[in-house]
Amino acid sequence: MSLAVGAEISGARLRGVAVGAATRRAAVLAAGALIAFGVVPAIGNDYWFSAILVPFLVLSLAGIGLNILTGYAGQLSLGSAAFMAVGAFASYNFLLRVPHLPLLAAFALGGLTAAGVGVVFGLPSLRIKGFYLIVSTLAAQFFVEWALTKFGWFSNHNASGVISAPPLVVLGQDLSSPRGRYLLTLSIVVALTIAARNLVHGDRGRNWMAVRDMDTAAAVIGIPILKTKLLAFATSSFYCGVAGALWAFAYLGTVEPHGFDLSRSFQVLFIIIIGGLGSVAGPFLGAAFIVLLPVLMSIVAGRFFAGVIDPGHLENIQKLVFGGLIIFFLIKEPEGLARLLFAARERVRRWPLTRR
Amino acid sequence: MQFFLEVLAGGLLAGVMYSMVAIGFVLIYKASGVFNFAQGSLVLFAALTFVSLVEHGLGFWVALAITLLAMLALAVLIERVVLRPLVNRPPITLFMATLGLSFMIEGLAQTLWGAQVHGLELGIADTPFEVGGVMLSQLDLFAAGTAGALVLVLGLLFNKTRLGLALRSVADDPLAALAVGIDLRRVWGVVWAVSGLVALVAGLLWGARVGVQFSLSLIVLKALPVLIIGGFSSVAGTIVGGLIIGATEKLAEVYIGPAVGGGIENWFPYVLALLFLLARPTGLFGEPRVERV
Repeated sequence: MSLAVGAEISGARLRGVAVGAATRRAAVLAAGALIAFGVVPAIGNDYWFSAILVPFLVLSLAGIGLNILTGYAGQLSLGSAAFMAVGAFASYNFLLRVPHLPLLAAFALGGLTAAGVGVVFGLPSLRIKGFYLIVSTLAAQFFVEWALTKFGWFSNHNASGVISAPPLVVLGQDLSSPRGRYLLTLSIVVALTIAARNLVHGDRGRNWMAVRDMDTAAAVIGIPILKTKLLAFATSSFYCGVAGALWAFAYLGTVEPHGFDLSRSFQVLFIIIIGGLGSVAGPFLGAAFIVLLPVLMSIVAGRFFAGVIDPGHLENIQKLVFGGLIIFFLIKEPEGLARLLFAARERVRRWPLTRR
Repeated sequence: MQFFLEVLAGGLLAGVMYSMVAIGFVLIYKASGVFNFAQGSLVLFAALTFVSLVEHGLGFWVALAITLLAMLALAVLIERVVLRPLVNRPPITLFMATLGLSFMIEGLAQTLWGAQVHGLELGIADTPFEVGGVMLSQLDLFAAGTAGALVLVLGLLFNKTRLGLALRSVADDPLAALAVGIDLRRVWGVVWAVSGLVALVAGLLWGARVGVQFSLSLIVLKALPVLIIGGFSSVAGTIVGGLIIGATEKLAEVYIGPAVGGGIENWFPYVLALLFLLARPTGLFGEPRVERV
């Protein structure tokens, strides 16, 4: 079972936590935090913040959300974008209709609203299993998109259903510059990532994995199936909802319901396939890959094939490469980039005592 | 009443068109347990190849033959490059591989033939005529007849031939089938080729109806609820599912739509399929699963 490897990795990690390893890990984390919060904001430019780092972080967050549902709890979902849309539009409406509501509280409320919607569309999961379940998440996808477009109330009666970002102010600090938006996104993503890590390593995470590996067996050993599945749907949708709000306000600024269409759901799904199902680091690797690949490809096309490939063609070739890479990953490394990273780290740690 | 009948007939016939796409799905699911999301892209690829060949000046039958060969080649290629290395992987992995595959086929089709909209003329007029006071389209009737013939032929193939026996045995238990000497790879090649053929038929009919363009690959999303109501493993189920979805979708759009602002065609089939599933978790004709620990 390919999905079990994530658990194996974390299990190995838990066993390996000796005192020395713990200090070393703390040092690595501190260095990472220093780079992300100190060095990057100091040296990054606006293009990097707004076009690469912010979407990367937001997509990673959405990926963590979907990974909780699909990678850990084993419920396939093609509706992540719908829950992102609910989060975005709910946050917008809370800010619009509740006076003096702090921005972070609005994000949290948006996430909770998405969680509620997620539970509703997760309810059929008790009775419907496997591929039949994608009908429920696809229903969510199409229904939410339709409802947000059809009913003007959600977008404050904007003619084309577009919502615009509120002033991004947290604790009196104006964060609407690219650097500010990066820091805002980064802080939220880091906090939620730590929460997700603790969640999947706790008893809830174990329950999710038991349900994923075989829900009948899980029921036999006394795991409450309905509660476990719905909790997975709620948690996953909460993450997607917050990611949606960040996507709308910190990345795009203005967004319409069609910004959260089925292709966005697929994008999030690809992130976790490429990054690694059932791992917390995976979505970050997958998101980096997905954000950087188009940038890289257009640079390559512009430098080496200028004049030969027109933009329309480039899009198709991008699709071709993308599909090929997904198949390649599934064949060669079904556990994704996270597994490759883990293997590489192990090799470095043992070097030079063993080859390979 | 007149109006109701007309909407109903139109819906039923549209439903048959959905089943044409769903049949391709069922074939592959039945024989290999793969949930093939790329079926819509196969439809697009077939239609686009055929239309482009005709536009390059080839005759109808020559173009049809070449497209057929291309679909066969594609099927063999898919079996070799994608399916064979993924033998024995969990179904979710195979599903995701077909997602990647659909991206590749769409990219390939549009790189080869361009992304503009093509018209497709099959020589059957898409003009309505009257039957017992109800207006029907000739093309729709032709499509319905084709779908019926296709189901009949596939039914015979599955139930009356040696090949059909092999297909059914692989669907039942791949390991046992291997043990009695059935060539798994050949069987998979055959089902992908047959569903490529079904995709070609569906592509031509849909292409004649809505024009050949990228959105053709999106009918996979219309076929999905059909499939779910009929059950993943029943060819006859797709026809029943198609009829149910087609009829209720059109009736809902006409009678419920105005009350909620219209445009419900996108999500209504899914909600309907969901309701069906709550009553019958494996569709109307799907095989119930027995779970063992």
